Amino acid sequence: MHPRKRIAPYLLGSPAGLWLTLFFLVPLVTLLSLSLQTCDPLTLACRLTWHWQEFSASIADYHAQFVRSLLYAGSATAIDIVVSFPLAYWIAFRARRKSVFLLMLLLPFFVSFVIRTLLWQFILSDQGIVLGTLKAVRLLPENFHVLATGAAVVAGIAYNYLPFTVLPLFVALDRVDRRVVEAAHDLYATRAVAFVRVILPLAIPGLFAATLLTFVPAMGDFVNAAILGGTSNTMIGNIIQTQFLVFSDYPSGSALSALLMSFMLVGVLLYSRLLRSATIQEYL
Amino acid sequence: MARWNGWDPALDRGLTQPRMSRRQFLRTAGAGAGVLGLSSVLVACGTRGTSTTKSGTGAESLGSPEWWGKQQLHHEFSFANWAYYIDTVHGAHPTLDQFTKKTGIHVDYHEDVTDNIAFFAKIRPDLQQGNYTGYDLIVSTDNDPPISQMVKLGWAIPLDQSMMTNYYKYSSSLVRSPSFDPDNKYVMAWQSGFTGMAYNTKYIDEPITSLQSLWNPKYAGKIGMMSIASELGAQGLLAIGKDPATSTQADWDQAAAKLEEQKPLVRSYYDASYLRALKNEDIWISMAWSGDIFYASTYQGYETLQFVVPDEGVMFWTDYMMIPYTARNPLDAMTYMDSVYDPHTAALIADYIGYVCPVPAAQEIIRKDLHDPAVANSPMVFPTKDTEALTHHFPDWSKSQDFVNAWNSTFVPIFEG
Amino acid sequence: MNASEASATQGRRRRRWRYYALPVFAAAVIGYLLVPIALMVVYSFNDSNANLPTVTFNWQGFTTRWYAGWDQVPGLTPAFFLSLRLALLTSVVATAMGTLLAVALVRYRFRGKRGIEQVLTLVIATPEIVLGASLLGFFITLAIPKGFLTLFIAHVMFSIAYVTITVRARLAGFDIAGFEEAAQDLGATPWVTFWKVTLPLIFPGMLAGGLLAFALSIDDFVTSSFVAGTTSTFPLWIWGAVKVGIPPQVFVLGTMIFGLGLIFVGTNIALELRKDERRRALR
Repeated sequence: MHPRKRIAPYLLGSPAGLWLTLFFLVPLVTLLSLSLQTCDPLTLACRLTWHWQEFSASIADYHAQFVRSLLYAGSATAIDIVVSFPLAYWIAFRARRKSVFLLMLLLPFFVSFVIRTLLWQFILSDQGIVLGTLKAVRLLPENFHVLATGAAVVAGIAYNYLPFTVLPLFVALDRVDRRVVEAAHDLYATRAVAFVRVILPLAIPGLFAATLLTFVPAMGDFVNAAILGGTSNTMIGNIIQTQFLVFSDYPSGSALSALLMSFMLVGVLLYSRLLRSATIQEYL
Repeated sequence: MARWNGWDPALDRGLTQPRMSRRQFLRTAGAGAGVLGLSSVLVACGTRGTSTTKSGTGAESLGSPEWWGKQQLHHEFSFANWAYYIDTVHGAHPTLDQFTKKTGIHVDYHEDVTDNIAFFAKIRPDLQQGNYTGYDLIVSTDNDPPISQMVKLGWAIPLDQSMMTNYYKYSSSLVRSPSFDPDNKYVMAWQSGFTGMAYNTKYIDEPITSLQSLWNPKYAGKIGMMSIASELGAQGLLAIGKDPATSTQADWDQAAAKLEEQKPLVRSYYDASYLRALKNEDIWISMAWSGDIFYASTYQGYETLQFVVPDEGVMFWTDYMMIPYTARNPLDAMTYMDSVYDPHTAALIADYIGYVCPVPAAQEIIRKDLHDPAVANSPMVFPTKDTEALTHHFPDWSKSQDFVNAWNSTFVPIFEG
Repeated sequence: MNASEASATQGRRRRRWRYYALPVFAAAVIGYLLVPIALMVVYSFNDSNANLPTVTFNWQGFTTRWYAGWDQVPGLTPAFFLSLRLALLTSVVATAMGTLLAVALVRYRFRGKRGIEQVLTLVIATPEIVLGASLLGFFITLAIPKGFLTLFIAHVMFSIAYVTITVRARLAGFDIAGFEEAAQDLGATPWVTFWKVTLPLIFPGMLAGGLLAFALSIDDFVTSSFVAGTTSTFPLWIWGAVKVGIPPQVFVLGTMIFGLGLIFVGTNIALELRKDERRRALR
């Protein structure tokens, strides 16, 4: 092979590769190491002391938030899957102008994430459009509130992360070879049977990818919990954020981030083992 | 594993599974080692701690009279403060405009402080590395550790005492010489205030006079408390009849137990945003800062909000102005600091924000020139001997880091969920 | 449609109901998604006579003064333009680097290819909070002051991954090497080949990737909140203002951004319609 061709991919790939190595991989390792360091609370001088207890201490202190995050993220993901599947199915199989409908679906997400969540706070506020009217006609007691409950946080997460579910599902369903479906119909399968025994199994890798791509970021979210929730609805993301940005407790924040990261890694590992397909990238 | 039909599963695995060749292994190990090596260099350095070096131009040290002598006016400076903490009329600040007109110094005003600890965490990395924080003048309250920590770490520029003419002439004894900075070497008070209670008369008919109302199950789900460890703990202590300044760990534990009892009734624990929750009617009764309620009910149309000095007492705190040592425009900031103590300026500010004014002479100006007897006679702005009886002070946070840590570990878990 | 054979035995009414169920559901979902946005647009015209106007749900009258005075909130406009500048810069740099990487991944087989692919997956699958926290620790360890530079570094970092994957997906169908070889067989110099063959092939993918990077950067909140320090981007400014109440100008700017998105979708629909027409005309 031409010698120039052999170095070509390295030349092409090195800017991005270097950037990612330096600003993604190395910081991740730094994160892990920070979780093992001890920092003086006043001067913030940190030394590597292999302080493994940070992990057990963090789990002891914040296991409630971990569990809550699992619950909230899990519920929101479930809602998103249930809503996204018919939607993705329709766009992939029935709609004539797919990209148009996909764009229309993504249109609300042009507006900033923070603004969208604030708008939900607006809508769900105690004396707002929805609750205020219901209270005025005495359908609800005066001190009823949706905000500062887990339901509001789950609803917010489900709303904000919907594209992460729809898009991978759409890609998976779009990829299903129509001829296979046609073959099923030729073999006297009803629409329902074709769906359950042909389309669904083919869509399962995409389903798993959609679940993973929704669940993992949702677990680390803190904006929804901060804006729509109260202090008994804090998620692990809120804790990590306060540890870093308020208490400057880098070891604790790093330990919690590392634990969160490990969830994700387990998920990705399971994915590649169980489904034996290439990578999640296909569904992006 | 069992052998069946003479077929060895091990052979099957050997024939079909990909193996890691030595080359592959070396390659992956090499890449991993590379990343680890790079990062371990970083890790070995550790994070740099505080740089308490006082970098001065030439031989004089930062903040000395010679150093101040060399400073020039740059005609601008950046000021970080709490929201609703300065006179505001339709987006403009009259006292700032007056100052600019008089001195030609433009004030870049940022209402970036919503919590002392969070703000400190924001500027701390820059201060540690000797970088400009973006601010030349900052305001921080003595109810939280940061202000005393910053002075202790040497991060404040010693003030130019020769410029503090207004200060020494007009300032009230209540705000002079805080425990962490006797002789006002580093800080000057901005305003002071009270932490008490506020409630919305729209939803609560009966008059509220006691802190115990915050524990009333009638208002369950509509009670707000603060997510500030110092404030929350202090209210807990007041509610069980202890004085925060002299309280012990045993008292703290008792107070924490009382606060835990309250938890199911509390809608949420807020920082400065409790005010918004009150305005939105998310909560009907809450811990509150005196001036916030004054401002909201007088200028923002929330007339049903009422501030209460509970029978158990109020907390008194002071916000201090400080020039961080990495400031770029220290002389401009210094000029502003002293100008705040001019009675006319102080009167304008106090009239608007309704917090405790550090300039007693402003009282008459508010009464006569601004025609506002409500503010002039208010013990919330000009405390009388009676209010002083109900006033409690926060513990001295500069005592030791362990002291702060012990307080935090008692009270932070209550609001951290 | 072959489905009708299977459901031929079902009544006509049922078939019609079944036929409309999914589209109605889709429309309902899209409508639900748009409800908050519609509210934002409507309330950007809500008047307020308070000293410090903040957004409330009480309707106080129709006004366009927030649009006229869209830049009058101190701090908001600079933050907005900073976000725009940052997004543009990020988009350009990330698209350039990402496209190069994508071309490398599609065209060539080389050692470390799988490694890079796994890293890309990792970047996308990692929760933003971990990205932000790790970068914060990294910058603090190296004593890099937080500000525009650190924001830029962070934004480019996660954008590269998305751009690479987008461009790669677009390129996967093309046999670039084949086209380039054909061009060279026809006598084109390498430069002409690149300019007239390679670039037009990868350009749509680059555009899509660039737009994606721009959108991600301008809306990024979590990672930015860790590495911005005292700098304010548009989402960070809004977040800071939430504590005291957001001014109506935030809704104005949000509506304007949404309008831009609407135009974008509209143009897309128009182009699709035109494509259909042309296709029909060609038959």
